[in-house]
Amino acid sequence: MNLKELYQEIILDHGKNPRNLRKTENFNKDAKGHNPLCGDKVHIYLKLNENKKVEDISFEGEGCAISMASASIMTDLVKGKEENDIKEIINDFLEMIKQKDKIETKLLKDDEKTKLMCLSGVKQYPMRVKCATLSWHTLTSAIDRSQNEINTENMEL
Amino acid sequence: MNIDNIKKEFPIFDNKVHNNDLVYLDSANSSQKPRVVVDRIYDFYTKEFSNVGRSVHYLAVAATNLYENTRSSVQKFINAKDSNEIVFTKGATEAINLVASTYGQNHLKEGDEVLLTELEHHSNYVPWHYLRKSKGIKIEFAEINQDGEITLESIEKKITPKTKIIAVTHLSNVTGAILPIKEIIQLAHSKNIPVLVDGCQGAPHLKLDMQDLDCDFYAISCHKMYGPTGLGVLYAKKKWLEVLPPYQGGGGMIGEVKKEGITYGDLPNKYEAGTMATAQVIAFDESIKFLTKIGMDNIIKHEKELIEYGQELLRKNNNVKLVGNPKNKGSVLSFTIDGIHPHDIATILDEDGVAIRAGHHCCQILHDKLAIPASARASLGIYNTKDDLDKLNLSINKCKKMFEIK
Repeated sequence: MNLKELYQEIILDHGKNPRNLRKTENFNKDAKGHNPLCGDKVHIYLKLNENKKVEDISFEGEGCAISMASASIMTDLVKGKEENDIKEIINDFLEMIKQKDKIETKLLKDDEKTKLMCLSGVKQYPMRVKCATLSWHTLTSAIDRSQNEINTENMEL
Repeated sequence: MNIDNIKKEFPIFDNKVHNNDLVYLDSANSSQKPRVVVDRIYDFYTKEFSNVGRSVHYLAVAATNLYENTRSSVQKFINAKDSNEIVFTKGATEAINLVASTYGQNHLKEGDEVLLTELEHHSNYVPWHYLRKSKGIKIEFAEINQDGEITLESIEKKITPKTKIIAVTHLSNVTGAILPIKEIIQLAHSKNIPVLVDGCQGAPHLKLDMQDLDCDFYAISCHKMYGPTGLGVLYAKKKWLEVLPPYQGGGGMIGEVKKEGITYGDLPNKYEAGTMATAQVIAFDESIKFLTKIGMDNIIKHEKELIEYGQELLRKNNNVKLVGNPKNKGSVLSFTIDGIHPHDIATILDEDGVAIRAGHHCCQILHDKLAIPASARASLGIYNTKDDLDKLNLSINKCKKMFEIK
């Protein structure tokens, strides 16, 4: 794993031009995330329909290329999915960031998995893992409404 | 000892980082250690170890003498009047907490004001914040100007009849601004206000003279002075140490202990409860000898040349912006690059063996004021060279290329 593999084109592209960087109108769930050591901040807005399917998802925030790309790719992939399926995808992603090489969930298409796996290299850079996981923990929080603000310093990765 | 090839005195530079020579530009965070300091710790533990100030056996007496010898060395190094004005702490953070806590107990009441600046490190804000909670004091911040400096006027503006202590940094760890500290102290004393100086960045990079400066308290971080971690120094005028209450209670700081009451020990023992960082104190003597041998004047001259060279390089580099532009600047080059987050910069530079810091450098108040979430910081030590700064600049260019920034 080298630096070029971490900062590959897709990460740089999503980092520079994040998708869904806006605020969903009429959102019905949201959560804020903060990484106090880096200063990364993210606010995720979800609009779920009556079948608990994501009609729209968006985010606002600022951070490094890794955190912005991660939030951008994540919001792209969960759009249209059901709440329970999203949880499975989040768990799979966090497992990959911790230890696995691959995304295994059957809920994503192959090209979608490839996109997510671009972020797997971050595990070689332990200080940067929090950048990649912030938006995912924040999405969990938005779905569960368990915590108002996610703070990466108070949690296990 | 010649400062131009001082790198060889530091064993860390024998190692490679990602197969590259180490370009260490994070000395404001913590400096590397010369061989003499590392060896001293090993020798003390292998040949001379004992606790100090308690037993009467041979090793205990020898260790006590060594420990007290460092206190005298520190006294001379900063030209304090009395060695009892030197208190060892676990760091500069504890030194400031000691002052905030003891001065707060005895001298501050609800509505009193503590004056800080927007440049302060969290360790010179949070301890005072506790008093805001417990005592209902107010905290005021002298404001920086557009160059990231604190002027005498900005301090004067915030002094009121309720100002009971001023706590300011000597040298900003972000903008590098060197404060007009002597003038600030004169002004404060003319209004009967004591001054604490956070000397974390001052002590390794400036010549210190406590009697000339006339400050009431000066906090020093030894690990930023080419010394061991886990050690700090609080210089405090004797008149304060005599009247302030003890900070922590325990062995070594007492006079007599009876069921009905306790008396406290003489200075400086009153403020050194429990077994201290003995090996670190003894090794710190080597740091002081090392700095004295090179000479603070030579260090100041060397670092001034480097900082001017570095500023020039980064100013010429498109889309690189220096954080702050103080006229009197020391040892720190903080910068941002348009379109690249500081954390990405730091990771990419690291690949080339260039070690910098990215983040808010424990100065959130300052970063909020500057309206930037974070900055990248290259900070200098005696071992740095122009070659290190050229390598920094090359790595910055590589970083810009990766992000397609011109």
